[in-house]
Amino acid sequence: MPPAVIEHLILVSLLALMTVTAGAIALTRSLFAAAMLFGIFSLLSAAVFVVLDAVDVAFTEAAVGAGISTILMLATLARTNARQRAGPRLRPGPLALAAGLVLLLAWASSDRPRFAAPEAPANLHVAPRYLQEGPRETGVPNVVTAVLASYRGYDTLGEVTVIFTAGIGVLALLGLGGGARRD
Amino acid sequence: MTGAAALAVLAAMGITLIRALRGPTLYDRVLAVNSFGTLTVLLIALHGFLTERPEFLDIALLYALINFIGTVAVLKFFEYGDLGATGSTED
Repeated sequence: MPPAVIEHLILVSLLALMTVTAGAIALTRSLFAAAMLFGIFSLLSAAVFVVLDAVDVAFTEAAVGAGISTILMLATLARTNARQRAGPRLRPGPLALAAGLVLLLAWASSDRPRFAAPEAPANLHVAPRYLQEGPRETGVPNVVTAVLASYRGYDTLGEVTVIFTAGIGVLALLGLGGGARRD
Repeated sequence: MTGAAALAVLAAMGITLIRALRGPTLYDRVLAVNSFGTLTVLLIALHGFLTERPEFLDIALLYALINFIGTVAVLKFFEYGDLGATGSTED
């Protein structure tokens, strides 16, 4: 088999495994099992990002999704119940709404340009200018860094502020640092 | 050859996922997640050689480190219930 076919096969298999994992997370009642399955889900999506050549996103997903989130969820579980409260197994209203939304999204994505097509509108709008003028205008050799840190620098600063605030809030709630004594 | 190895790793991922889904104990699931992380490392390394860009091997190495630290952190959490614990059980 040519490598392109195998690469496609890897991508499809990874997405299928992700679907199975997501279904299991939705169905399980044990919250510890759900936390562990979320770790597997993050590893799978990190692998998908690598296959799609988004290596920097894959780094973030592996460190945050598979690493820190699992620990934070376990830290939360230690302060709550480990079992989900039993509810009705299947509610037709939300299920129909979700199924309708899936169909709507599938229909909306049917006329979307082919994956990574160079003639797609997203690749023709501002991307050529970033690629051609980026090194001269910003002085940053890596184009991804140039866009994140220079062209949309204020946006990134806002994101970092939000994440920093959220991190402080989580640490204050969970006390992972061990500085505060609980009596 | 690399492609066949990648498909074999994917099959192993499926089997590991079944173990993570069925449990039955917590440690089965922890071990399944750990094995799954190792398989992800292998898959990323094989994908690097498959697309003839083995320099992505660095990422696989980083994943291996994260996987190890993550598993140790989860197990430490089960043992002490607190990540700030120093390991001594005196207090």
